[in-house]
Amino acid sequence: MTIPLLSIITWSPFIGALLIMFTARHSPRAVRLISVVTTGISAVLSIWIYVAYERETAGFQFYEKVPLVPPLGISYEVGVDGISLLMVLLTSIIIVAGVFASWTVTVRSQEFYALLLALVTGVYGVFVSLDLFVLFLFYELAVLPMYLLIGIWGSTGEVRPRGIFAWAFRETGVGTKEYAAMKLTLYLLFGSAFILVGILALYVHAGSASFSFLDFEATAFPRGLQRWVFLAFYVGFGILAGIWPLHTWSPDGHASAPTAVSMLHAGVLMKLGAYGVVRVGMGLLPDGAVDLAWLVGTIACVNIVYGALSSMAQTDLKYVIAYSSVSHMGIVMLGAATLTEVGLNGSVFQMFAHGVMTGLFFALVGLVYEKAHSREIGKMGGFAKMMPGIAAAFTIGGLSSLGLPATAGFVAELLTFLGSWRSAHPWWLFPAVAGTFLTAIYVLRVVKQIFWGPPSAHFHDLGDARGPEWVALVLLVAVLVFFGMVPGLAIGPIDTATVPLLARIVSP
Amino acid sequence: MIGLSSYLVLAALVFSIGLFGVLTRRNAVGILLGIELMLNAVNINLVAFARFHGDLTGLIFTLFTIAITVVEVAVGLAIVIAIFRVRRTVDADRLDLLRG
Amino acid sequence: MDLSLLLPLLVPAMPFAAFLILAIVPPIRRTGRGAGALSIAAIAVSFVAAVIVWHSGFVGERTWGWIPADGGPIATVGVMVDPISNAMLVLVTLVSLLVQIYSLAYLSDERPGALGRYYTYQSLFVFSMLGLVLAPGFLQMFVFWELVGLCSYLLIGFWYDRPAAARAAVKAFWITKLGDLGFIIGIVLLWSATGTFEFSELFERAEANTLAVPGLAVIMFLIYLGAVGKSAQFPLHVWLPDAMEGPTPVSALIHAATMVTAGVFLVTRAEPLFALVPEVMAVIAWVGAFTALLAATMACVEGDIKRVLAYSTVSQLGYMMAAAGAGATPAGFLHLLTHGLFKALLFLAAGAVIHAVGTNDMFRMGGLFRAMPHTAIVFLIGTLALAGVPPLAGFYSKEAVLGGVWEAHLTGPFLMLALTALLTAFYMFRAVFLTFFGRAHAGGHPHEAPWLMRGPLWLLAVLTVVAGIRLALSGAEAHEATPGWLPPFSVGLALLGFVLALAMYQRGVIDPARVARALAPLDYLARRRYGLDALYAGLYRGLILGFARVIGWIDRYFVDGILNALTALTLRAGDSLRHIQTGRAQDYVYGVAFGVLLLFVWAQLWRR
Repeated sequence: MTIPLLSIITWSPFIGALLIMFTARHSPRAVRLISVVTTGISAVLSIWIYVAYERETAGFQFYEKVPLVPPLGISYEVGVDGISLLMVLLTSIIIVAGVFASWTVTVRSQEFYALLLALVTGVYGVFVSLDLFVLFLFYELAVLPMYLLIGIWGSTGEVRPRGIFAWAFRETGVGTKEYAAMKLTLYLLFGSAFILVGILALYVHAGSASFSFLDFEATAFPRGLQRWVFLAFYVGFGILAGIWPLHTWSPDGHASAPTAVSMLHAGVLMKLGAYGVVRVGMGLLPDGAVDLAWLVGTIACVNIVYGALSSMAQTDLKYVIAYSSVSHMGIVMLGAATLTEVGLNGSVFQMFAHGVMTGLFFALVGLVYEKAHSREIGKMGGFAKMMPGIAAAFTIGGLSSLGLPATAGFVAELLTFLGSWRSAHPWWLFPAVAGTFLTAIYVLRVVKQIFWGPPSAHFHDLGDARGPEWVALVLLVAVLVFFGMVPGLAIGPIDTATVPLLARIVSP
Repeated sequence: MIGLSSYLVLAALVFSIGLFGVLTRRNAVGILLGIELMLNAVNINLVAFARFHGDLTGLIFTLFTIAITVVEVAVGLAIVIAIFRVRRTVDADRLDLLRG
Repeated sequence: MDLSLLLPLLVPAMPFAAFLILAIVPPIRRTGRGAGALSIAAIAVSFVAAVIVWHSGFVGERTWGWIPADGGPIATVGVMVDPISNAMLVLVTLVSLLVQIYSLAYLSDERPGALGRYYTYQSLFVFSMLGLVLAPGFLQMFVFWELVGLCSYLLIGFWYDRPAAARAAVKAFWITKLGDLGFIIGIVLLWSATGTFEFSELFERAEANTLAVPGLAVIMFLIYLGAVGKSAQFPLHVWLPDAMEGPTPVSALIHAATMVTAGVFLVTRAEPLFALVPEVMAVIAWVGAFTALLAATMACVEGDIKRVLAYSTVSQLGYMMAAAGAGATPAGFLHLLTHGLFKALLFLAAGAVIHAVGTNDMFRMGGLFRAMPHTAIVFLIGTLALAGVPPLAGFYSKEAVLGGVWEAHLTGPFLMLALTALLTAFYMFRAVFLTFFGRAHAGGHPHEAPWLMRGPLWLLAVLTVVAGIRLALSGAEAHEATPGWLPPFSVGLALLGFVLALAMYQRGVIDPARVARALAPLDYLARRRYGLDALYAGLYRGLILGFARVIGWIDRYFVDGILNALTALTLRAGDSLRHIQTGRAQDYVYGVAFGVLLLFVWAQLWRR
């Protein structure tokens, strides 16, 4: 097999972005066509590699390597194992759905789609890169277009200055889309500084003339170094995964971002952070992971409960969903922190499940907003009559998020629970379980308020989803339910990657 | 025989005059002229060193500098004219768009 | 694959297929009655298959891997067929079939789209319930346990534009979910201790006494908490009366005959494990008996006919649980089956009444016997069965329960259950007298329900009688253990209840208002549902929502506030420093020149 499948998957959207910028000016139809085709190519190939991945041999497959800067040992090196395989599939699903869900973007649509596609290339790049330097480049590529996407196409909310820091809120322009874009970008760049320091520390210490993940993996770093480098990776990648108390960029960012960007961001980019912690942090620094698991897991528990409670307190629909992401990313990090096979499988599967679920949520919120022109939950009511399809999809997404069986969310949460009781800190189980109950409260409360009850007098002429929007909804719901019923399809490959990873941690 | 130091003193004087012009002239064209003087002071230095060290490199550098100076003047004047078109003035004190 | 398992598999597969078709193909769903016909056809096939399975007494088990792991699957799905599940299969499919037929008439005023939605949920429910019944392990049971909860939520909220229905649906979900938290923690702990979810393996080890699990009592108690939520045991019973906001056939199927009994089924199924922890069993028995009594008192003061039946269901579930807790699981399970029949009958009959008069309030009914004799007779049969009058089905199962509790030397629970038996007869006859006899209060012209509704009613009534007679003829095994004075005692209690109801609500010998005054504190508490609903509402609003608001405030204004303060300080610093930048090129050149000068000076000084 000599076709560079991973490179095609990664760069196809980028080529789409270039094509859009240079050829599809002022032709919205062509812009969408190019987007659908290029992301479609990636999606089809992702499914292809998912099927073609050899589960018995495991390890990194579809390997490609092209030296870039030989003196420094930087090369373009890509490959996927069970974890990244699923993440690539997730990215494909979300971007295809995102392209369809933002069909109605009319303002400067070719720039919008071009940036979106460039962003996706960055995301694919992070998931497939095995060279840490290139991984870092892709990581930045994934973060920066976000600034423009939110700053230009975002929406502005309102936050009243209150409390002892009210003076600060008055000066920072909180609530505006520019504020959100800037906050998100600065936060993530702040995090990436930690990542860069960590990578360089490993590079210098290993003394190897290579940034390759595989070379680092073969190096045994001293425990002291591992500890603080792991901490650096945890903070750096963790910011993107929304760890408490560095999560506040995420609600503002998600709430201000346009639909497809929220989908991609909460659905995939936050997973990038968790993926980084698992792949780079735990993969390269087993001792550091063992020593700091207590911190990761405890903060994850805070995330779960705190995120759920914060979500319950919101009155803005997008903020509810955004905080629910903070809560669910807690489950992801908790699963990873258990350092058990089931827990880590649950963590990776939750990345996937939450990605699809939250992508669905943001697509739906976008549709509701587009039709009702409001995000105030308090004003809405009885929408199920006018938009039954959206109501049904929202309910399914909500059920998955509260961990209802037959949706992917349940399997992920169950595995995390099983893992946490077997970990070194069994008490983690209780906040995690309590989180699912709190999720049930805020999700069903929102469903009841928005879709049930007598129709609200504030809104007229609301319609259900149309044409291309259905594609996004049906795709996401189908994936959510399918993987909930047949979780083995995803957990099989995950397991081939987590078992060797944990083997290094348990017996270094 | 006139020594190297005489040339260097001359160059320093020309440079200082040029710097004085750059700092004190309020007309943008005057500032450009000051910059010309400073560049030519450099040229004098280069030529003097080349002559006394018997190294042709300095002369070649001087040729480069002269060419670049010409270009610089051309671009500089073009900018000044462009500014004049927009702002109706070339008074350096009033060109403070970059003020913080 | 074992061919004999095809038939048991067919039972849940049919409603699942119906659900899939209805869910995925909207045009079929939107036909309404067509969707109903499809669903009914599927469930009819299931019913026939279930009867064959039950009749031939299949026993078998088969599992497939569900969640893989390195050392073999950690979770499986499959079917486990044994006498318990066989009996449940028949009950579930039978009641579902009758309810679905009945619904066709009961919900005939609904828009086709809504009717299609109803049958979609119904098919999903039947599938889930059957999956629960056939579960070969705790995990699959939990999966379907949650799914039936989902269906209950969806069906209670079927008329989602009514605020009361929306509230009740959400409340039902939350309260049962609260119990399920215990369930999931319990099975996680059990898995961690034993490494399996499978019943057969756990039971084998339990019987061989090799199940040395530390804290098994805690684990089993946690699992029992799931049953507390689902089977509406005290203190999580509050959702069931509110669940009556759903359509009446739903109440009959889900909230009387099938789903709510899942908790009893769980305890029955896991009996070998519960048997290892007598302290938990005692708790189950006491809580069950207390629930039975508590619910019965609330039923006595309720004016809404559906709610009376709902409290009665809670009360009877308490009976079943008490039996299970006393170690008399067969008695509890028998009561589950018979209760499923006559309670479905009562609900469906009540539905016919509500359909006819357009109100739930018994005080606005009366004298309906003349207008709808069929309904009145079947309701009366159901009442007699529930009150425990021989030779109807309820008599035998109830007596078995009482006997079992007595045998287990649980005097406290026994007394509570006996008092409940008295109250049961009282409130049921109260309902009968208020509804069908006395002066007619309802306006309009109430009429008998169509045959589509009456058919299922009669069928259930006949089955209640037949089951009772069959029990009387065949099953003396439950009686043997019971003391001889028990049958006359329990019949006497029922009779006393009947007489009381007759005196108060028919003859007017005793004024109900005076009784209420005499028992004022009890009356006050029972009417306010012992303050439990208010307590939960207070906890929800005050504790959870209040705490959420505090956290939300802290997140927005403190955690994020620190960040914004840092930002603002940075901005301020920049603000004060920016005046250095004048924007005049010459000032910058001054700076450069000055800097060069400084460098010169510094270089000179440094050289010295």
